[in-house]
Amino acid sequence: MGSLHGRLDDVTADAGYQPGEHPPRKGFFTDTSVCIGCKACEVACKEWNDVPDDGFELTGMSYDNTAALGASTWRHVAFVEKPLHPTTTDLGLPGMGPPGAMEHEDQGAESGDAGVRWLMSSDVCKHCTHAACLDVCPTGALFRTEFGTVVVQPDVCNGCGYCVPACPYGVIDLRKEDGRAFKCTLCYDRLKADQTPACAQACPTESIQFGDLSELRQRADTRVAELHDQGVDVARLYGHDPEDGVGGDGAFFLLLDEPEVYGLPPDPVVTTRDLGSMWRHVGAAAVTLVGIGVAAIAGRRR
Amino acid sequence: MTQTARTGGGRGEQSMVPEAEFESYYGRQIIKTPTWKTPDVPLYLFLGGMAGASAVLAEGAALQGNDRLEHAARWVAAAGAGAGTVALVHDLGRPERFLNMLRVLKPTSPLSVGSFVLAPFSALSSAAVASQVTGRLPLLGRLAGVGAAAFGPPLATYTAALLANTAVPAWHEAHRELPFVFAGSGATAAGGMAMLLTPPSAAGPARRMAVAGAALELAASESIKRQGLVAEPYREGRPGRLMRVASRMTAGAAVLSLVAGRSRLASSLCGATFVTASVLTRFGVFEAGIASAKDPKYVVVPQRERLARRTAG
Repeated sequence: MGSLHGRLDDVTADAGYQPGEHPPRKGFFTDTSVCIGCKACEVACKEWNDVPDDGFELTGMSYDNTAALGASTWRHVAFVEKPLHPTTTDLGLPGMGPPGAMEHEDQGAESGDAGVRWLMSSDVCKHCTHAACLDVCPTGALFRTEFGTVVVQPDVCNGCGYCVPACPYGVIDLRKEDGRAFKCTLCYDRLKADQTPACAQACPTESIQFGDLSELRQRADTRVAELHDQGVDVARLYGHDPEDGVGGDGAFFLLLDEPEVYGLPPDPVVTTRDLGSMWRHVGAAAVTLVGIGVAAIAGRRR
Repeated sequence: MTQTARTGGGRGEQSMVPEAEFESYYGRQIIKTPTWKTPDVPLYLFLGGMAGASAVLAEGAALQGNDRLEHAARWVAAAGAGAGTVALVHDLGRPERFLNMLRVLKPTSPLSVGSFVLAPFSALSSAAVASQVTGRLPLLGRLAGVGAAAFGPPLATYTAALLANTAVPAWHEAHRELPFVFAGSGATAAGGMAMLLTPPSAAGPARRMAVAGAALELAASESIKRQGLVAEPYREGRPGRLMRVASRMTAGAAVLSLVAGRSRLASSLCGATFVTASVLTRFGVFEAGIASAKDPKYVVVPQRERLARRTAG
């Protein structure tokens, strides 16, 4: 058992691999500012990983008919259609305060979209540093790979479903007709063959970038600075911080609005942060139950 | 702010109370709804609690030489564990792989720890009953009963960690109180079932266990319900109704058994009410979690508040 929360610089070694002998941690940097919503990532993922369809239904809410990540959807392109705030006039003035304070400035798309601001983002499993799905899995089906990613072994999973409510992002799910849990593997098979994961390979705009996590983090910092220089103050990174509630994500994002606008939790915390407290309270409650038993007998006889 | 937070929609929608809004992706939920089935899992929570507390009661009765109570409680412990195991296996997506639960022991997974509590508890409580029924190996049977009584309290309470160790807001945020709700609810069910199965003259310890359990459960439930927004599912809608009815039944049965516990009819009535209330409590807690998973409000608003506090402090 490794550490359960907080900063962790070598998650792979923490999982039991020899420090210095395992490959560097791999991940995705999804830069949503250049996403065009083509869904090539969704298609490439389905094709490569042989993921079954999960119904051909129209959501009626936007161009997004995939709706959410799930057992048979390992990449999901969100389409946010946000009406521009009618009372806000963009004077083009430089922003004040931290990013986020300027969230009504609506710098996403000013060109002939009839007052609608478009945001597109390809969501994926975050391959958390502290992965709740992995820690709660009772069978050991979920494991940490040598690349620092989190993968389900379908031959071990018994479909208990504990990983499903454990994930703070709502990524992993049970496949109903199959009974077992599935999610993005960050193309474990392709990684082993020194190949780029299918989604990143297929992305025509390099919105999805694959590589060593340390390098991706540097690249993301540069990109945010660049966007801020261009006046896109709303650009912010999500999941990049090793100090955050899950110890940083292996797959992180550059967003142009608050996370919840894209269906992401604004401040996720891995459930196991409170595990010690949970077990202590369970222990205290068990002792209390023994006390009740003793009191029940020690009370008046019959 | 939190009480008027609206579900769904962006800021562009007609704003009635702008400061009360939160944003979401077309009002869709963020975390997944637990796939655990109803009634399998809430029923298991009840059965495990009742069985665990019954094993304690049985050992207490054995110490007192109260044979009728001992026999009844041993049966409840073994049958509860057996039925609970069936419910758990039935809930699996791949039931034929249930033995994979014992493949590794992971302290980070309450389900793994629980499997290593349930398995020996089932074996020991069954052995105790088998010895009692056949009259064979009485010493070993009694030892098995002692073992079951040792595994009983953890069996009755670990399920609180099982629910709490998730991202489900109503379960996770109640992680300090839930173990006490479950310990109390288990004692109530075990005491109540024994009151149903034994004459009042032998059911004294069962009565006292049920009443003490009721007090613990009511106090712990009340302190959950007082938490702000995250406890809302315990107060509203169907889970809220289940919790309210359960509390009233528990309190009513506790009072009645204190005043009229020695009457056969009243004792049976109280026992049945205690058991039913324990079932309803488990369904209430379970469904409150489901409700909190389905509404992005319970994920976004508390996390936003946490972020705001961090930025301010």
